[in-house]
Amino acid sequence: MQYMKPQTAAEAATLLAQNAGAARVLAGGTDLLVQMKSGMIEPQMIVDIKHMAEVREIAEEDGGLRIGAGVSGQQLGEHAGAVAMWPGVVEAVELIGSTQVQGRCTMVGNMCNGSPAADSVPAMMAAGAVARIAGPNGVRDLAVEEFPLGPGKIALEVGEFVTSVFLPARPKGASDAYLRFIPRTEMDIAVANAGVNIALAADGTIKAARIAIGAVGPKVRLVEEAAAAIIGTKLEPEAEAAMVAAARAAASPISDKRGTVEFRIQVVGVLVRRAAHIAMARAKKAGENT
Amino acid sequence: MKNIHVSTKVNGDEMEFICPPDETLLDALRGRMGLSGAKEGCGTGDCGACTVVMDGRVVASCLVLGAEADGAEITTVEGMSTGDTLHPLQQSFIDNAALQCGICTPGILVAAQNLLERNPDPSETEIRYWLAGNLCRCTGYDKIIKAVQIAAAEMRGA
Repeated sequence: MQYMKPQTAAEAATLLAQNAGAARVLAGGTDLLVQMKSGMIEPQMIVDIKHMAEVREIAEEDGGLRIGAGVSGQQLGEHAGAVAMWPGVVEAVELIGSTQVQGRCTMVGNMCNGSPAADSVPAMMAAGAVARIAGPNGVRDLAVEEFPLGPGKIALEVGEFVTSVFLPARPKGASDAYLRFIPRTEMDIAVANAGVNIALAADGTIKAARIAIGAVGPKVRLVEEAAAAIIGTKLEPEAEAAMVAAARAAASPISDKRGTVEFRIQVVGVLVRRAAHIAMARAKKAGENT
Repeated sequence: MKNIHVSTKVNGDEMEFICPPDETLLDALRGRMGLSGAKEGCGTGDCGACTVVMDGRVVASCLVLGAEADGAEITTVEGMSTGDTLHPLQQSFIDNAALQCGICTPGILVAAQNLLERNPDPSETEIRYWLAGNLCRCTGYDKIIKAVQIAAAEMRGA
């Protein structure tokens, strides 16, 4: 096996393209090393992308934030601007693994692992986050909701890798929240999860919303019907019920050792409802403070 | 497999070693640098026995490649005491019976020290969440949490 430290995205893309199928990207490594040790993968080459400056940074851009693919969960959680602007995304990232994992794991790696139960992905989708992808043919941007294709499958072509994720600017009176259900209090994989992002109009009605659910289907997905059910409302009981019903209708989970189909469908509705109320309360507060 | 030359700083000392590209930092510490404080429990980042501090952050050294340590600063449990004087956390673990078999202890001490550097007065909940990635099958955690609290109080007073 070779260990490579490319200094530019073009160099990394060339290495990945020339060693298609045999090379793996290393950022935080908290999934990659586990897969290597278990024998699930046996890469011929490790491409450590952390030596590119843009990959290590959290940068302000067009009023939003660009989070590098090598930014650890802990680094993101320490960034006051990120916590203030996208609290739901930060809380989702901070639920990945333990303190030790947080010191290394990355939001982008969580997305690239392709798990239907990934913590950060529903929050990113709800946020309208956009992944920046570098590859042999240059750079392209892809909305995070287009990124997961199925369990372990993501929308990257040969030689491509994600350099950063962009969290857009948000209007005043907007905020987000993420919730998951796990059987214990820490360090577990979501049995169901939900990210909700809400923007309020001046009169307190919801003018925009995005809702994503995870661990209840082959991939994390945006549920537009659930968001549509609360847009134009103040999250009154009727609108809330329609949102919950839409989220449950969009769930297509499996039964496994961590939860049954029925349980997951029930719980994902509860999580969407609670996350929506948290996002709503935060959005009101954000509106008052600006 | 081309071996890699790594220059790093461990517990304040400049260290150099050569390792294969797939060797973990944990194996390099134990096998090449003679620092056997960090233990291999699960090898998959779940148990925390291999915890070290890398560039100021607590990490599972079983999930870091030795090659990635190039240019980094590492602190292990061997760097905690000053000469023969134990760190207050180490002394507190002894005084409060916070260890039995001891496999988890180095990782917990390293993680707890990093916590107290960030937050000298953590609540019990904060300690429990911070140490959630450090598994102990002997003491049942209560004595560990108590030992950290007592050491924290002592360090604040000192």
